[in-house]
Amino acid sequence: MAAPIDAAASATSAAEDRISVASNWTLVWWRFRKHKLALLSAGILALLYLVVLCPDFFSTQDPERTDARQAFIPIQSVHFFDEGRWSPWVPGVVGKRNPVTLRMEWGADPSRKVRIGFFVDGPAYKVLGVIPAKVRLIGPLDPSQRIFLLGSDRLGRDQWSRIMHGTQTSMTIGLVAVTLSVVLGIVLGGISGYFGGWIDQVIQRLIEILQSVPTIPIWLALSAALPRDWTPTQVFFAITVILSLIGWTTLGREVRGRFLALREEDFVLAAELAGCSRARIILRHMVPTFLSHIIATSSLAIPVMIINETSLSFLGLGIRPPAISWGVLLQEAQNIQTLALAPWLLLPGLLVIVAVLAFNLVGDGLRDASDPYSK
Amino acid sequence: MARFILQRLLLLPLLMVIFSIMVFVIVEAPPGDFLTSYIATLSSSGSSIGAEQVEALRAQYGLDQPLYVQYVKWMGNLLQGDLGLSLEYQRPNSELIGEQLVLTIVLALFSFVLTWIIAVPAGIYSAIRQRSVIDYVLTIINYIGVATPNFMLALVLMWGAFAYFGIGITGLFSPDYQGAPWSWDKFVDLMAHVWLPSLVLGVAGTARLTRVMRANLLDELNKPYVVTARAKGLSEWTLVLRYPVRLAFNPLISTIGWYLPQLFSGSLIVATVMNLPNIGPLLLRALVNQDMYLAGSILLIYCMLTIVGTLLSDILLAWIDPRIRMDG
Repeated sequence: MAAPIDAAASATSAAEDRISVASNWTLVWWRFRKHKLALLSAGILALLYLVVLCPDFFSTQDPERTDARQAFIPIQSVHFFDEGRWSPWVPGVVGKRNPVTLRMEWGADPSRKVRIGFFVDGPAYKVLGVIPAKVRLIGPLDPSQRIFLLGSDRLGRDQWSRIMHGTQTSMTIGLVAVTLSVVLGIVLGGISGYFGGWIDQVIQRLIEILQSVPTIPIWLALSAALPRDWTPTQVFFAITVILSLIGWTTLGREVRGRFLALREEDFVLAAELAGCSRARIILRHMVPTFLSHIIATSSLAIPVMIINETSLSFLGLGIRPPAISWGVLLQEAQNIQTLALAPWLLLPGLLVIVAVLAFNLVGDGLRDASDPYSK
Repeated sequence: MARFILQRLLLLPLLMVIFSIMVFVIVEAPPGDFLTSYIATLSSSGSSIGAEQVEALRAQYGLDQPLYVQYVKWMGNLLQGDLGLSLEYQRPNSELIGEQLVLTIVLALFSFVLTWIIAVPAGIYSAIRQRSVIDYVLTIINYIGVATPNFMLALVLMWGAFAYFGIGITGLFSPDYQGAPWSWDKFVDLMAHVWLPSLVLGVAGTARLTRVMRANLLDELNKPYVVTARAKGLSEWTLVLRYPVRLAFNPLISTIGWYLPQLFSGSLIVATVMNLPNIGPLLLRALVNQDMYLAGSILLIYCMLTIVGTLLSDILLAWIDPRIRMDG
């Protein structure tokens, strides 16, 4: 009877050994992966950032291609089998002009099947702007055909392809804006907490003033002040800076608090006595102790940035066409009469919700995991 | 208490000066002025305006003077309660803003009250019946509520009402009362319309507040005094409502400080989408047309509303929680 007990005892001690030698990050990961919903959300985000890397591969055609005769085509549903055999197709569409309203009315034409395939050659594009390629994840076998997996807008542009390109802009803006805020927050919050005194006073007052600014109206006014003749890239970076200018304050406060507490710790004194420079003490010794916390906080800040960008662009003062973002796409859905005819124009909004939800869940999971020693 | 409020009030003018400079710089920042965009509008509609006329107009509006002179003049007028003249509408700004400001405040306050009426009971229920079906349902609704942009929710509601019921749910009044003077009937009409935009505006806040309330109450429910009270034989609901809920309220009150200002500025987007007579759409139009004094006045009003919102929450918190008063 002694043997199994011994085995069990050694098993627990092996597990304990594993825990006691595991690095901080391993512990964080062990804790995070217990959170199933957060893990699933992390998968969704990974997929979205894959689209960010190369939206052209995922889109079926050029997002700017217009055709007035193909406006407001409804969603073409994908069928995978034809007469029991694997052969993906979408039903063709036929347009009939309504004699009363003079509006085009589209109907499915099941007799005409548009064959589609995966990894087919489509219009040429460049990966990351340099590597030429033409293979696309999904597309019509006959290159002269156009398919509309998520319908088309008032100019006959393919919404599926536009959403892919919008994903690139919107997801990047969130990430870049938060990175900027984190840098600002760590630098200013760090200076404030490390040096204290009048520098601390100045930075604290600055944070207080920025926090009592009415965000949305000021954002709007700042975006409206951007010159009209700027290129989409310039506007993109300007909007990012505008979003992060106000966003860094919360993080700055948190970092300051941590610095104030850490300043008194023995290991900081030891580093100082060992002759480390101030920059080294801050970056090498103090920042790593609360890095996981900062990552969790910033992953909760990204969705806020995404919602703000989408709202600004929706009001016409953020990203401007011809650049495409989720907010720009939703501008097409502004008119209720149009929306009643073409409800699929609301779909980019669904993607906004999914992305924000995923970020929030990952952020919550990270926040719980960021302190692996707590219970 | 009086000293605490006084300290806060003394900071107000200083903040307003900083904000007024900031606002002035921002509305002045775009290249060109109102007249450049005015000329552009004129030429796009086919008519034109002489160079001397432009100069005369520029002198009349004071747009030819150095910036600091314009700022001092603007501030001087503001202090006398004169918000200046809208360049576009050719009407006093105070007249344009007047009623819309009242409606902006009504919308935000209504939304605020609605949020609390929904969030507090939902949070209490979720905490007491932790891990029940309703708790899970509320949690899911909360996550989605936080993730949905205001304008998106407004769009979906408007589309649903139009596509399935054939009704428009925009505006704050029925057509009959649109331009009518204020009366009891108009007020009733406003109350019939205001709750939907308020709900849209307050969804994200409601979700957040429910979670705060739930978390606070859960912390309190595990404390020994709750066990003591239960051991003494108090009925569960009396017990919960009388002690832990009251303590869980304090952190909730400190959320007013950011929540009320957020409602004021958030109403801008909802008002634009749902076409409400609010200062938000007015600001948007003024910004696009570079109607700088109108835009500047509205921006300053937003700043003022934000500061007052924060001030109110500070006072409320100090009044309810004596510990804060001592520190202050």
